[in-house]
Amino acid sequence: MPTVENTILICAGGACISAGEKSVKNELEDALKEYALNEVVQVVETGCMGSCDLGPIAVIYPEGVFYQKLNAKAARKIVEEHLLKGRVVKEYLFKGDTGEIKEKPQEEMPFFTEQVKIATRNLGVVDPLSVEEFIAQDGFFSLHKALKEMSPEDIIDELKKSEIRGRGGAGFPTGLKWELTRMNKDNPKYVICNADEGDPGAFMDRAILEGDPFNIVEAMTIAGYTIGAKKGFIYIRAEYPLAIERFSNALEESRKMGFLGDNILNTGFNFDIEIRIGAGAFVCGEETALINSVEGKRGIPEVKPPFPAEKGLWDKPTLNNNVETYANIPMIIRNGGEWFAQYGVEGSRGTKVFALAGKIKNTGLVEVPMGITLKKLIYEIGGGVPNGKKIKAVQTGGPSGGCVPEHLLDTPITYDNMKELGTIIGSGGIIVMDEDDCMVDVAKFFLDFTVEESCGKCTPCREGTPKMLEILEQITSGEGTEEDLEILKVLGQHIMENSLCGLGQTAPQPVVSTMRYFWDEYLAHVSEKRCPAKRCKSLFRVVIDENKCVGCTACARVCPVDAITGNPREVHEIDPELCTRCGSCLEVCRFDAISKVSP
Amino acid sequence: MAKIKSLDDLMKIKEKALKGLKMRDSGKKGKIIVAMGTCGIAAGAKDTLSAIVNYLDEKNIEDISVVQSGCFGLCDVEPTIEVNLEGEEPIIYGHVTPSQVKRIIDKHIIGGNVVSDLVVKRGEL
Repeated sequence: MPTVENTILICAGGACISAGEKSVKNELEDALKEYALNEVVQVVETGCMGSCDLGPIAVIYPEGVFYQKLNAKAARKIVEEHLLKGRVVKEYLFKGDTGEIKEKPQEEMPFFTEQVKIATRNLGVVDPLSVEEFIAQDGFFSLHKALKEMSPEDIIDELKKSEIRGRGGAGFPTGLKWELTRMNKDNPKYVICNADEGDPGAFMDRAILEGDPFNIVEAMTIAGYTIGAKKGFIYIRAEYPLAIERFSNALEESRKMGFLGDNILNTGFNFDIEIRIGAGAFVCGEETALINSVEGKRGIPEVKPPFPAEKGLWDKPTLNNNVETYANIPMIIRNGGEWFAQYGVEGSRGTKVFALAGKIKNTGLVEVPMGITLKKLIYEIGGGVPNGKKIKAVQTGGPSGGCVPEHLLDTPITYDNMKELGTIIGSGGIIVMDEDDCMVDVAKFFLDFTVEESCGKCTPCREGTPKMLEILEQITSGEGTEEDLEILKVLGQHIMENSLCGLGQTAPQPVVSTMRYFWDEYLAHVSEKRCPAKRCKSLFRVVIDENKCVGCTACARVCPVDAITGNPREVHEIDPELCTRCGSCLEVCRFDAISKVSP
Repeated sequence: MAKIKSLDDLMKIKEKALKGLKMRDSGKKGKIIVAMGTCGIAAGAKDTLSAIVNYLDEKNIEDISVVQSGCFGLCDVEPTIEVNLEGEEPIIYGHVTPSQVKRIIDKHIIGGNVVSDLVVKRGEL
């Protein structure tokens, strides 16, 4: 067999697949076959490499050349030029801020160099379908160490030393959770992996399951050994078909190799994992609702206590952790708790994966030590805001979180700091908002989401959140009063205090938090009937400046409702009654003649 | 495939799979031969050798072996080294001081481009 000379790692994360990864891969393989290179060049699909805005991405080894924004044509060219003739194809290389070409951005860009990868260490490195490649990266060695060299108490000790806290949102100390479940004498016990990732914009769990599924198999098996369970369930939402497919493959391969099943690694320990597919209800990320759903019941939450560590799945002691939490476990077992605790700061040890989204240059997935400031995360790693706009605020923690205004971005990201600012780290979604975003509108967006996702079991959440949304809709359409703002505050407080589960307890958070930092924007909406960001459609008009308009007719041609009239080469006019404020005319005007004005 | 029962079983798979991965990770497999004849040593080959080992370490390049050899017979251009990457013709460089070592490793081993101004000979000796 000829030796492999080049390996093309092509990112097969969800974002790259949507951007056309399959056609790139097919074209690469076709072209390689045509040139008889298919035996010496290997094409490997990996998990998400993190820089989703550049997708589809491929890295060609041994040189490590990083190609971005590929398509089928590019794939053919890379085979013909790079692989056949040894010439790098410049037009698909990464380009820096000033347009300079970078062959290996992964070695120089802060986006790559500032990251510390623990949970996502294998993403973009291994073939997620190959157990051998996982083992080559020391996979399953931690399982071996745990089963053969460590007692369950030793493992709990290491977790406590690592000070790792749950990465799903609540931040409960993981070591303590494992200990509580272990101490419970009731039998049988269960291990659950919560892969019901629901926050809009957060996708680290999906990326880990798609890119390194064996890691989660290993971690759950270690968890089973530690707490004394023989059975594990992973609850993945149906919207994640690729994660389900790759995890199923990982289960099968692991069973074949003896990492799951009976007598694992010849130790007499038995453990297996079953996949449960969720229907995509946000509330099922709440652990008691998730447990109901795994049992086959309707996914609604229960009163806590009893906590799952006492009475969980089928009323038996159950350990439930988030995907990212599990992803760290094998590394903690391998290198020890103290090693993990060297990263991060007091109270927030280790690393956290963040999904960068919104008005930020480098959208994607990054893993950084906790305690890093939001500023560094957004400006250095994220590359800042495109088009030179100013950041207004950063939303963290999705619909359960709040926002951090620009002047507080120097805050180090820790569980406690975020709490103090009135938000949470949550599952790690980071949405950057600039001067064009209206904070009332943002709050409305998230509330709209939670209203939709409220399960309806308890009254404060079921009745309260739609009422809040109604008020917000009034405010953004110019019908709000100052009294409404007071009602919002009181209502929010009541919902947070009286709701049954985390969904309701945090649902008003986006409103409360934006009111805290952007009170003046709320006031402008109600007392001046003005939207400072000119986002709320009822609160601005679109007008044409007669001094600037040359009558090119470009705006009139794109207007979807024919609200713009005027003869060619004469000043045009917008009928405010017909205009839907869609902004299409603003985009096409080359003379800067159209603008939004407050009434 | 037989079930994994022991650390040895795991190690075997790891090593086998790692070979494949290494190729991908950090440059081509190959070796650097440093001419350590008396003439080479007199011209500073010991410093060159340790510079190579250190710099490979620094760059985390693990699949390039560093080998000492006798005199290449190119005593007037000592210290000399031969860079021998799998599938490529061996290149002999002359006057390789520790500062040139970095250039050669950066450009040739990592970058894949021969450092032409230092080349003494291409191909087998």
